[in-house]
Amino acid sequence: MSELTLTVMRLGFLAVLWLFVIVAVQVIRSDLFGTRVTQRGAARRGGQEARTQRQAAPPQQQQQQRRQEGGRGGNRQRRGAPTKLVVSEGSLTGTTVALQGQTISLGRAHDSTIVLDDDYASSRHARIYPDRDGQWIVEDLGSTNGTYLDRTRLTTPTPIPLGAPIRIGKTVIELRK
Amino acid sequence: MSSTTNTTTIGTIGAPSRRNTELAMLVFAVLIPVFAYINVGLAKEEAVPAGVLGYTLGLGLLAGVAHLVVRKWAPYADPLMLPIATLLNGLGLVFIWRLDQEPQISTPQLGGAMAPGQLMWSTLGVALFLGVLIFLKDHRVLQRYTYISMVVALVLLIAPIFFPARFGARIWITIPGVGSLQPGEFAKIIIAIFFAGYLMVKRDALALASRRFMGLYLPRGRDLGPILVIWALSLMILVFETDLGTSLLFFGLFVIMLYVATERTSWIVFGLLLSAGGAVAVATFESHVQVRVHNWLNPLELLNGGVTETAQAMYSFGSGGILGSGLGQGYSRLIGGIAPKSDYILATVGEEIGLAGLMAILLLYGLLIERGIRTALAARDPFGKLLSIGLSGAFALQVFVVAGGVTGLIPLTGMTMPFLAQGGSSVIANWALVAILLRISDTARRPAPTPAPSTDAEMTQVVRP
Repeated sequence: MSELTLTVMRLGFLAVLWLFVIVAVQVIRSDLFGTRVTQRGAARRGGQEARTQRQAAPPQQQQQQRRQEGGRGGNRQRRGAPTKLVVSEGSLTGTTVALQGQTISLGRAHDSTIVLDDDYASSRHARIYPDRDGQWIVEDLGSTNGTYLDRTRLTTPTPIPLGAPIRIGKTVIELRK
Repeated sequence: MSSTTNTTTIGTIGAPSRRNTELAMLVFAVLIPVFAYINVGLAKEEAVPAGVLGYTLGLGLLAGVAHLVVRKWAPYADPLMLPIATLLNGLGLVFIWRLDQEPQISTPQLGGAMAPGQLMWSTLGVALFLGVLIFLKDHRVLQRYTYISMVVALVLLIAPIFFPARFGARIWITIPGVGSLQPGEFAKIIIAIFFAGYLMVKRDALALASRRFMGLYLPRGRDLGPILVIWALSLMILVFETDLGTSLLFFGLFVIMLYVATERTSWIVFGLLLSAGGAVAVATFESHVQVRVHNWLNPLELLNGGVTETAQAMYSFGSGGILGSGLGQGYSRLIGGIAPKSDYILATVGEEIGLAGLMAILLLYGLLIERGIRTALAARDPFGKLLSIGLSGAFALQVFVVAGGVTGLIPLTGMTMPFLAQGGSSVIANWALVAILLRISDTARRPAPTPAPSTDAEMTQVVRP
């Protein structure tokens, strides 16, 4: 066997051996898993979320403007007021929506702020909005299966305590600071 | 202002099972030794060796079966341990086969060709690996056998005293007609089980009841008991079996596990002091140990008409240089006897694939140990934590003792390089060790079971519109 072939094989073997080591280190690197933060716009779960986003934008912006026009200065957020809405169970688990004085509509309808992908939700199921004092209220919009705050079925618009679970079908929503 | 900026999803990523990664790495790990095998054949006989297909299929079959069993019985286990072990074992087989091609060191007196035997032992090792994975459903079962394993380990460590010494050390049990085995290799696993079970119960007493003196936590006198007993035992192994390696492994393992269990640096200081004192004391009167230390300090001295094996190993490394002489083109046959296949296989590796290759091999050992320690970090139960630290610590100590001995860092001790060196007990025991580590890592990485559905769920899910 020629000297050249053996030299090439010798160096090739070292290269392959080191390649294995490097690939192994890459496997270790990709093995460091934990929590991952994804922007909704990046649409990890495809079209559904992206749609939530696009269609949610216009009403939210209107609300935003209204709030900025009327409420500046006078209607400051109170201490201990919730700042975000978190879906803690159901297919949308992990979704958070910042509370900025806008009305949040929940349901299977495509123009809802949070489009529930839930067989037990009605198309316009409930809405969550702030009253004049900045207290967040949940109101059932005549849904089939009802909206529950903790364990009681809602019949009238009810203020939401911080951290109390609002349950719609398989979805559970909380307000958090 | 777009709402995209403040709407995010924070989800925990469930640990993926990573079995496909393992399969890909395993294919890689089988192909590298095959490449090495062909390379040796081309260099020695200028032809692709005849057995290449059989060897590929054999190693591939072993790896494939192991992979399928891991997929079925330990689906969340670490993806790297099995490929690295397979690669090291495959390379070991190639190196032993390569040394079999040297007529001077493969005479019938020296046991002839050893690669077929080693292949059989590897198969048995993989079989034991599969057995452990299939039958050991939960590593915590081992905790029940804490004291039984202590007795078994002591018996295994003491038994070789009653058998004749070979190559200057009594570490073999010879069964007439069957062969001989090194019980020390199995004892290291069993003793780790005992230490893990014992320290899990006693670690609070050992960690908390102590006085502070010059920045060190001094344990109470009565808590010094266990470490002194282990120290005395390891010294007795050294004196009666003249086996430096097992004694070092045994005591070092205990110190490592004691440190991990109690987080007290003082144990390491004590351990180092005790082992240094013990080694010096034994070296003053034990001739076998004296010879080893003498060879280590004066490797170039002429003995029996030639230099010592330590010096020959250093010549091998020197002749290999950075990139090595190429597989099958080294002169490790000049190290006489069967030593190049067992204790000194690292010298052959260093000569034929050079410093670059030797470093890669040592890194592979390092990665395997790292995965073991990572398993210990991830394990949720204290017994599993201590056991995986103990097993990876024993493995690390063994690699250090052998590699340090061959490269002249410490006196040579009669131990085998895990997976690489010739030796049936070693390869079987190390496959079992990897299997236990895989079992612990499967438990550690398995995602937590989903919580039971809330009882409140029924009332919101009545009518499906």
